[in-house]
Amino acid sequence: MASVGGKSFLDNLGKIYAIYTGVFILFVIALGIGESMGMSNAAIGYTYMGITIGLYAVIGISSRTAKASEYYVAGRSVPAFFNGMATGSDWMSAASFIGMAGTIFGLGYDGLAYIMGWTGGYVLLAVFLGPYLRKFGQFTIPDFLGARFGGHAARTIGIIAAITASFTYLIAQVTGVGIIMSRFLGLDFTIGVFVGLGGILVCSLLGGMKAVTWTQVAQYIILIIAYLIPPTVMSYKMTGVPVSEIMYGQILQKIDAKEKVINADAKETEVRELWKQEAAKLDADIKGLPGSLDAKKADLQAKIAAITPESPAGEKEKLEKALKALPPDAEVAKEKWDAAKKAAAAKSKPIKPYIEPFARLDMKNMLALTFCLMVGTAGLPHILMRYYTVPSVKDARISCGWSLFFIFLLYFTAPAYAAFARDTVLSNIVGLPIASLPAWMANWAKVGLVSFKDINADGILQFYELTIGADAIVLAMPEMAGLPYVISGLVAAGGLAAALSTADGLLLTISNALSHDLYYKMINPQASILKRLTVSRILLVLTALFSAWVATFKLTIIVELVAWAFSIAAASFFPALVMGIWDKRSNKAGALAGMWIGFTTCLVYMIGSRFYGLDIWGIRTISSGLFGIPLGFIACYAVSRMTAPPSQELQDFVESVRIPRGAAKASTHDD
Amino acid sequence: MADVLHEEDKLHGLEGMDKQKLKDYWAYSVKLTIYTLIVWAVVTYGCAAIAGSLNSIVIFGFPLGYYMGAQGSLIIYVWLIFNYAFKMNKADKDYGVEEEE
Repeated sequence: MASVGGKSFLDNLGKIYAIYTGVFILFVIALGIGESMGMSNAAIGYTYMGITIGLYAVIGISSRTAKASEYYVAGRSVPAFFNGMATGSDWMSAASFIGMAGTIFGLGYDGLAYIMGWTGGYVLLAVFLGPYLRKFGQFTIPDFLGARFGGHAARTIGIIAAITASFTYLIAQVTGVGIIMSRFLGLDFTIGVFVGLGGILVCSLLGGMKAVTWTQVAQYIILIIAYLIPPTVMSYKMTGVPVSEIMYGQILQKIDAKEKVINADAKETEVRELWKQEAAKLDADIKGLPGSLDAKKADLQAKIAAITPESPAGEKEKLEKALKALPPDAEVAKEKWDAAKKAAAAKSKPIKPYIEPFARLDMKNMLALTFCLMVGTAGLPHILMRYYTVPSVKDARISCGWSLFFIFLLYFTAPAYAAFARDTVLSNIVGLPIASLPAWMANWAKVGLVSFKDINADGILQFYELTIGADAIVLAMPEMAGLPYVISGLVAAGGLAAALSTADGLLLTISNALSHDLYYKMINPQASILKRLTVSRILLVLTALFSAWVATFKLTIIVELVAWAFSIAAASFFPALVMGIWDKRSNKAGALAGMWIGFTTCLVYMIGSRFYGLDIWGIRTISSGLFGIPLGFIACYAVSRMTAPPSQELQDFVESVRIPRGAAKASTHDD
Repeated sequence: MADVLHEEDKLHGLEGMDKQKLKDYWAYSVKLTIYTLIVWAVVTYGCAAIAGSLNSIVIFGFPLGYYMGAQGSLIIYVWLIFNYAFKMNKADKDYGVEEEE
């Protein structure tokens, strides 16, 4: 095979990836045959991980480069179609792949905020930024801020925002890698994280953007195959037509009918009543703090002290565990019990219809979340950066379309996933005797993704006795559909591809912000290409190790942080970038004011609403960007008008960004 | 002095261009952008705001309000971007600002 990224490679992209897809499918079939001949689940898991990571490594290593334009922007030679695929896997993270269908499963209509938010943002990107950034045609997003708003100040804020947003996002991906590795291979979480890390580094270290691009295309193909197979089979089994995206309409009707039946069921009412009592009990405990916590502690200690050799075996361990699980102080207890009370209270009410809008989130919060996710999507540097890699402005425009198309294939299917899973749970699981629940539930209960508790002790599973984690929907779907383990392994490989591809893009964004923007542009502009690339690679390794180290703490706040990253990117980057292109009159002072005010407003609302009870119009923390985004625009506009206009030279620069003519060309040789 | 452009950030394309044509081209892109954004906003926020009443229309099992959020809006987004791209790529030629081959 010719070297990856070389001319003969670029000329034969379609053929090469078609063969790759075919070989991968044959490989899955071969594993399936292996399974039917007795290959163990563990062996299948290891084969998947070994083969796919090995594949990425081969692409990564054969894309090694010593040219700056290839390392930073893949030589600007990625065709629009393939850049779309690469952007698709760059964009779709572990959360999209594993978590999103589950979020819709739980939130019903209101969960669609994620579907619209994470796709509609591409419209903003396509009309406001993508093509214009391609015309500008440097290496990073801070590059644009630095050029347009002169000097180091704007670039510095750009670097800070790029790193803040990308790093929190990166930790979530690395955590995702660790979870998949530990669940499917039985590896220890920490080992899983570091094995995955090797997979990430081997892709980006030698070839930078060029290697990441061609690996991401390969990863996209695996993740989309893995995502589409289970719901397609499910649809065929349940409706006779293997097109889940169309057939789940009937399933929605079934869900609606079934929910009404459950709400009317006497046993279900009994369970809801029990949850109501539980919520009241928790409420009393919270009001009785700190005395109620001390009383619980004293009670358990007394019971442990009263243990005699005749007590049942394991009794002591059980009590000690319960004692240890008690919150350490009243403040933690309040937070914990409040959450438990809310969960219990939610289970004390009849099920709200799945398809009813604003049943679980109110309308303004749902729309605010959609808005923040959209603007955040258009402001995330690891995505924007991808539009530097296409050969022309024309291609950048078309490539935005392909990007969304490839993302669309997955997002279009997620609501179907959710509907089929919900129907399975409502129609086939709820009402079963607890003793005869399907095996997949026990499997996922072991890792805590599924839990059930027979609180009315009738031996039958009621709806509100079951809790299903969002991640369980996609991961357990192959088993729900009765598919062999080879498909479960494929889904895991797909999830891994989603997490790795996003991690690659983020890692590169961070190390480029440091090596290109901070080191080369601000500290040592005389550095040779070799030196710059060496610095970049060292930083890549250090960032990767640091993120893995942070991930091993398994901080629970990570998921929240990811949502914060969107609001931060939306409030700090988006206004300055858009004004830089769309408003000739915007100047340095305006941009700095806009970025700074957007960033701090967003941060203040986040921290204030999350920890100190700050509340404006009842907007939740996750949509904090709602205030920062408009204020960022207003500040940029107003401060620019109060200060001197930018020089003629800069105004001409803006004019030339707006037209495609004169864009830097793809470079197949060096710069 | 920060208000100057660094040598390597300098861009080309304006040389010898007709000022009026540039203005017309930009006016066209602004117009197309606004149209695109109006459709985007109506499909996203308009449909969501009335999703409850749209749900009373059921097509092929799908309540329309739910469908617009889950799939309908996505189809329109994809169409919007391609439509924008093709129109702009054509406008580049019409106004003589296309990239040199």
